[in-house]
This record gives sequence, C-alpha cells and structure tokens, in this order.
Amino acid sequence: MSSVAERTAITPEMVREHGLSDSEYARILKLMGREPSFVELGIFSVMWSEHCSYKSTRVHLKKLPTKAAWVIQGPGENAGVIDIGDGDAAIFKMESHNHPSFIEPYQGAATGVGGIMRDVFTMGARPIAMVNALRFGEPDHPKTRHLVSGVVSGIGGYGNCMGVPTVGGEVNFHKSYNGNILVNAMCVGLARQDKIFLSAAKGAGNPVVYIGSKTGRDGIHGATMASAEFDDASEEKRPTVQVGDPFTEKLLLEACLELMATDAIVAIQDKGGSGIELNLDKVPQREANMTAYDMMLSESQERMLAVLKPGREAQAEAIFRKWELDFAVIGITTDTNRLVVKHKGQVVADMPITALSDAAPIYERPYTEREPLTGEPAYDKAKPVLASLKKILGSPDMASRRWVWEQYDHTVMADTVQVPGGDAAVVRVHGTKKALAITTDVTPRYCRPDPFEGGKQAVAEAWRNLTAVGATPLAVTDNLNYGNPQKPEIMWEIVAGIDGIGAACRALDFPVIGGNCSLYNETNGEGILPTPAIGGVGLMQDVTKMATVAFKRADDVIILIGETKGHLGQSIYLREIEGREEGAAPKVDLGLERKHGDFVRKLIEAGRVDTVHDVSDGGLLVAIAEMAMPRGIGAKAGLAGLPQPIPFWFGEDQARYVIAAPFAEAEKIVEEARAAYITVAELGKTGGDSLTLDGKDSIKIAVLKDGFENWFPNYMSGEEIPVTN
Amino acid sequence: MKSAVIVFPAANCDRDAKVALTQMTGKTPAMVWHQDSELPDVDLVVLPGGFSYGDYLRCGAMASQSAVMKSVKAHADKGGMVLGICNGFQVLTESHLLPGALMRNAALKFVCRPVGLEIEETQSAFTRKYEKGQRVTFPVAHGEGSYFADEDTLDRLDGENRIAFRYAKGENPNGSARNIAGILSEKRNVLGLMPHPERVVDDVLGGTDGRNLFQSLIETLS
Repeated sequence: MSSVAERTAITPEMVREHGLSDSEYARILKLMGREPSFVELGIFSVMWSEHCSYKSTRVHLKKLPTKAAWVIQGPGENAGVIDIGDGDAAIFKMESHNHPSFIEPYQGAATGVGGIMRDVFTMGARPIAMVNALRFGEPDHPKTRHLVSGVVSGIGGYGNCMGVPTVGGEVNFHKSYNGNILVNAMCVGLARQDKIFLSAAKGAGNPVVYIGSKTGRDGIHGATMASAEFDDASEEKRPTVQVGDPFTEKLLLEACLELMATDAIVAIQDKGGSGIELNLDKVPQREANMTAYDMMLSESQERMLAVLKPGREAQAEAIFRKWELDFAVIGITTDTNRLVVKHKGQVVADMPITALSDAAPIYERPYTEREPLTGEPAYDKAKPVLASLKKILGSPDMASRRWVWEQYDHTVMADTVQVPGGDAAVVRVHGTKKALAITTDVTPRYCRPDPFEGGKQAVAEAWRNLTAVGATPLAVTDNLNYGNPQKPEIMWEIVAGIDGIGAACRALDFPVIGGNCSLYNETNGEGILPTPAIGGVGLMQDVTKMATVAFKRADDVIILIGETKGHLGQSIYLREIEGREEGAAPKVDLGLERKHGDFVRKLIEAGRVDTVHDVSDGGLLVAIAEMAMPRGIGAKAGLAGLPQPIPFWFGEDQARYVIAAPFAEAEKIVEEARAAYITVAELGKTGGDSLTLDGKDSIKIAVLKDGFENWFPNYMSGEEIPVTN
Repeated sequence: MKSAVIVFPAANCDRDAKVALTQMTGKTPAMVWHQDSELPDVDLVVLPGGFSYGDYLRCGAMASQSAVMKSVKAHADKGGMVLGICNGFQVLTESHLLPGALMRNAALKFVCRPVGLEIEETQSAFTRKYEKGQRVTFPVAHGEGSYFADEDTLDRLDGENRIAFRYAKGENPNGSARNIAGILSEKRNVLGLMPHPERVVDDVLGGTDGRNLFQSLIETLS
C-alpha cells in the first residue's frame, strides 16, 4: 500500500516491470520533482505506453492529412466525426485488440468490440455498424482453427447482443501471424451534429461521476501488455485479458444516450482537462480490499466517467438506476491542472495532468531504408487458366467468408442494405434515403516488399470499394499494425507505410480522422507483415441507386475500366499456383484511381449501372467469377489478340473496375470512357451457367461456387482442405 | 389497430418492431418498459427480439418473470393478440404462453441468414393474408432457436394446425423438431416465431415477405 505520504521506494526492477526505460524514468523524476508513488508509477506506465501515447509514431502520424470541409473532428478524440449532410454526423474509429485476442480469443475479440463501441457512443452516437479486419496464421498451424473460432464467436457474442449489425470486414491467413494474430474492430455511429460530446471538460467544480459496472482487478496492465513483444510465456498473461459483458454494455449504451438527450452533461470520459480530483473510496468495487493501484490501473469493462453540470446528479442517477447500472459521484473538476487521487483518507497520487499527455515522451526512432523489391517473377505459361481459377477461389484467402459473417447478426436495426460479401457494406441512415458505405482494406503481402506502395494501395482499395457500391468516399480511420519500432528495419516499414497512406489520402481527398497504432506485433523476434488496415466510410445520397457485384441479367456487356499490364508480382496467383511470394508489389497511380473511380461512381449515381466490382486480390478473372457466383449467371469472356492469358486474367494491376450493363447502355459507357481517355475494354457477355474463355475452355459456375463456398466450413470442421489442381 | 412493444433490458429489435408497426399500421406503437405492470389499451402486444437480461440463466427465462409479463399473460388470457419474435418467442415458451422450448442451434453457432419458410396454417389472425403452402423468405438471427417439445406436444401442434410456419425443405437453420419455425397458442391468439418478419417489410432491405403478417393482423383487428 503506497501513498504520496507514505511512499514505497521505487526500485529499478519496478520501473522495468512497468515497461518504462531508464531515460523515461529520469523524465518522470524531473516532471514530478520527486520520486513517484507506486500508484503514480502505475499511471505513468499506462499513459506513457506505446498503446496510449503513440510515442514512436506521433511524429510521423502528424504528416497525415486530417482536414477537409466535411471533417468535424479529426484525430485526438475518442473517434473522428464527419458531416454527412442534413445536420447528421457519422462518427467512427477502428482499434486493435491483437494481443488479448491471441491469449484468449473469445474475450479478447469481444472486449475489442465493446471498447470501440464505447469510443463511439461516448461521443453521443448510436453505433449502427461494426466491421472487423482479422489476420490469422497459416490454416495448418495448430492454433489457427481455435483462434478463428474463438475470435469469430467473441465478435458475434458481443456485437449480436448489443444489437449492432456486424456488416463486413476481412479475414486473411499468413504464416507471419502464426504467433501474433490481428483483431482490428471498427465501429460506425450516427449522431446529430449539435449533439456530439467531446472528452475535454471545461470549468472547475463540476461533479465527476462513475457509471456502468463495478471495478475489479481485471485487465491490470493491459495497455502495457499491448506494448510489448510476445514470447512463449505470454499465455501466462491470461489474467490480464478483460472479460466482457455485452448485456451491461447495452444498458450503458442506452443509459448514456438517454443522459445525453438531456443537457446535464459537460463531457464524457474526461481526460483531465484543467484538473480533476478523485476519491477512490466512492468507486463501485467488485472485489474486497482493492488497492488504489488496482483501481487506477484496472481495465474492467463497461464503465466510464462523465462530468455533469453541478446540481444534475439526481437527474443523471435516476437514468442509471432505471437501467440498473452503478452510479457514483467520485470526484470533481478543479482548476489546479493536477490529477489528485485519494484513497482511505490519503493522497495516493498528485501529478500534473500535462505530465500524462503533453509531456509524454516522443521518439524519433532511427530507421533503415530497404530497397523495395522489384522485378517480374517467372511463371509457367502452360498452366490451364480455369483450373487455376478454381483453385484460387477455393484457397484460404479467397474463399467465401460466409462461415464467418453468418455468425454475426448483420441485419439487426433493419437498415442493412448491402450485406457482407460485396465490395463494401451499405447501411442506411435511419429514416432517410441516405446510406453509409463501409469497408476495411489492406493487402499485407504488398506491404513487406514495398511498405510505401502497400500503404497507398490499402487506401486506394478502400476508396475503390466504397466507389464500387456508388458511395462518395469521405474519410478513413487507420489501424497501423507493425512489429517492434525499436528495430530500424521495422521503423522504416512504419514510416514508409504512413507516408504511403498520407500520399493516397491527400490525392483522393480522403482524410484520416482517427485511428490506432499497434506495435510490437512480434513473437520470438519474428515480426508480422506490415498491416496498416484502412477503414473507409463513404456516403450515398440515394440508396436505391446502389450497385452490387452480382450479375443480374443475361446478355449484359462486361466492361473493364482501367489498364491491364498483367502485374503478377506478389499476386494471389503467384502464391497459390506457383507457390512463391516474390516480385514487386503493384504500383498505384493515384491520378488514375481518381479518374476511373469518379467515372464509375457517376454512372452508378445516375442510375445507369447497377453491377460493379473492383478488381483486386486475384485479378480480373477472379473478379468476374465473383460476379457470376452470387446468382449463378455465367459469362463468355475474352479479348482478341491476348499476348499472355495468365498475367491478363490474374495480374493485380490497380485502378480497375468491372461493370456489366445492357448493350445500349454499355455502348454509351465505352464511348464516354474513350472520350475521357480512360482505358476501356469489352470483355464479353453475361449468360448461361458457365464461365467460358475465348469461346473455348469452360467451367460451370456451380463448380466454382462449390470450392468457393466450401473451403471455410470444411476447414473449420477439421476436414482435409480440398486440394484441386 | 393499436399495438405495444415491450422493452426488456437488452432487447435489441424493439426499434425494428416499432418501425415496422408504424410503417404498416400508420400508428406508432406504445413502447412499454419491462418494469411497468400496466399495459396500455392495445390490440396487439409484441415481444421483440434481442438478448433480454443478456440471455443469462436461459434465453427468455428472466424476462418471463418481469413485472410486465403478468399483464401480457392477462392480455393473452382475454384473447388479446401477442406476437413474440426470436427472443420474444423464447420469452413466450418460458412464460408457458406457448408449449415447448428453444434450445441451442444444432450446429452450436449463432446463425444469421435469410431462410425459406412455408406458410403451413392460414387460419389465424397472423397468417390469413398468406396462401397455404406459400413459400416466403425471412431472415433468422439466433443462437438458440432449435424448437423442441415432446412427441405428444408436437403431435398436438400438428393435429390442431398450430404450426404456422415451417422451415422449407433443406432450410432448417437450427435443427428444430419437425422443421418448426413458428407456432400458435391453443386459442390461436399468441404466435411465436424465430425468423424476423419485421426485417422484411421494406424493398430496400431485400424483401417484403413479412408485410402480410402485419397486414393479417390489421385486417383482423380493425
């Protein structure tokens, strides 16, 4: 038991166990002007952790574009806010829960979902959609099935109970995640622009209230765990993973929104502002004999702080009692610029608030550049195209994710207009014709050979996916997952990745309004593929004009927008068919992205086109197959005088879309594209129950669909992974 | 037709039910808090989907003991209409307003997808606007929707034409006995079903097959 009055001597071991370096501890001594108490040391360890302070990335994150006319709140708050017209705002953020999910997949993923939802509803928004970007190790790694199963049921278990639809996301498998999976959850909410709540409280003498569930000892040091590398003993850290209770969170959500509808509230989840004094004796506690240290560092879920206007305590308490939640006045705002914590009549912490945020260390870590990989890889020109297509569609990264998203309630709230499986999820703005399109994207296999182009590509693909459903992309949240920033080669991946994201966001008017960094994603010294996940949100004015990937009619003309050079480096084809991960990542021409995307979006907005798919993983033929499978409508496709079919059909050149439209409309579209100097090609026609190439080889759509739909359920049921070649 | 939607803690389809009822009847339903012991004067009570009381103990078990359920039972006893959707169906079996129980899905996983249903019984206030044998598609979204009852009860439900909705061949998402998706009470004024008709009353959301359920009630009650 420590206190400022009766101080435990801080030993170098204690400092190390709190993840603080010698120089950081020296900084603490200087800021405090004395040795910190044990509680103060604990608070510093959390607030100065990589997870909370962004100390390795902050100087680089500053370079990201964060402004636009429609940005109401950029990075720095619980979540970012954009203007979506008519006084409405969309509020969203993505955050990682990687380390807890590896240790305890169900609770790790569940509390990740709960945490990001709280970030959104503490700002006054009702969460309306969740998406998740998930990366697992190789399918045949002994832990992978267990992790997939636990993470998916954890996300479903929490989100389904909350009654917020989980509408999409991504799932990848790669050996670099064998010992360090990634669970990135994104929440999108809606609020009225005049009812947005920020975290900074102004004014002294306002009551600070504790709301939600009781504080226990769970999750102590979660933030410091998230800022350290893993080793084989990491699973012993299981007690630091919090346990989620979505029932309480649902009550907290409704109670908070009810309280926010009154004008009793000044701020929520107060970060200190101009000073705060807390009395821990008043904190609702789940366990006996909790120390001040336990309470200050607990990561118990489903609770938060709010700052009320004086005299409004009874009104607020009535709301929380109605929802059967704990409510206690535990402190008051002050004008001292200090955080003062009292427990059992003693002051256990008394520290300047700026020490926790503004004075947190910032590092310009050294980095070593690596030349991006270059070169076009060799491939066997004799391999039959359609057999390769079938194999790719039934491969771990390309097969249908139905097994995953059918475990998520994706239609609750009765506003889901486009369900998972398309280019982007589309969720209607309740009671209007408007809708938000939502996607998460990154292609990690591009980011190791070329972190800069990989960062660009992640943004470009998110922008393209929103465009392909007919939405205007508005803003992104990023979730930057990397290895240990103290290794110069990893630090370079981070710097180049952020530069790539910045370049693309600038060129596409797609500002970053918030995000999260997850570093130290390494196990036994092996880093993950750099994985800067991009969560994008776009706006559609008229949801009835939405496009989907599915072919809808026979005899539609299939049109390819964009240039195909046949880029096979780092492609799915090379990995799945040739068994190699090599060559250059595809280059992203941001000017062409914009030009082609704007062209396609206008066609959708004008109601001229209802069938669009962007071309990404797997290339053109995979895109066509993905359009054919949903309704079993086949296609005859080909291009006269193809030099090399394999790179043409499977190359992963960027800035491309496939459109299908009735003949008369298609002719006009091709003409207009040519007039605008956009590379365009007519590839054939829809119809029949097969995919036929160049009038020769043919494969039944049902056969393709079989492999595509069955890989995931077969894999998860533990059966042999079907190998077809 | 006047209606009320009961709001249990962690109900989460209460708004969806409200929107569907408002859209279909032109009147906003009363939203009734679970601790209220009085029901307003209504023709129809809807127990919405969700996770009442976090599904703790058993799905619907705690909600069946809440103050408002006494009034709901009294309403049903007087012949008033009660519609329980998903978690609402679970509350109805736990309250013994309907026989049987809803168990964990056979695949042990939550399942959300559109399923094909057959209208088995059109002689009810809930289904009269459908054709007998008509195939419709409603989404399901539940982890515990496998309908179970003893053989005698199932025979009775069959014999008394109380199975209003059955999962179509090959569509049973949860292992329900005799493909049962929704059943009627003895007096045919209480319907419980796992699929969500309130999610299919709007073209933009991929279907309007649920409209006739509400239309049937409107015709019966006005």
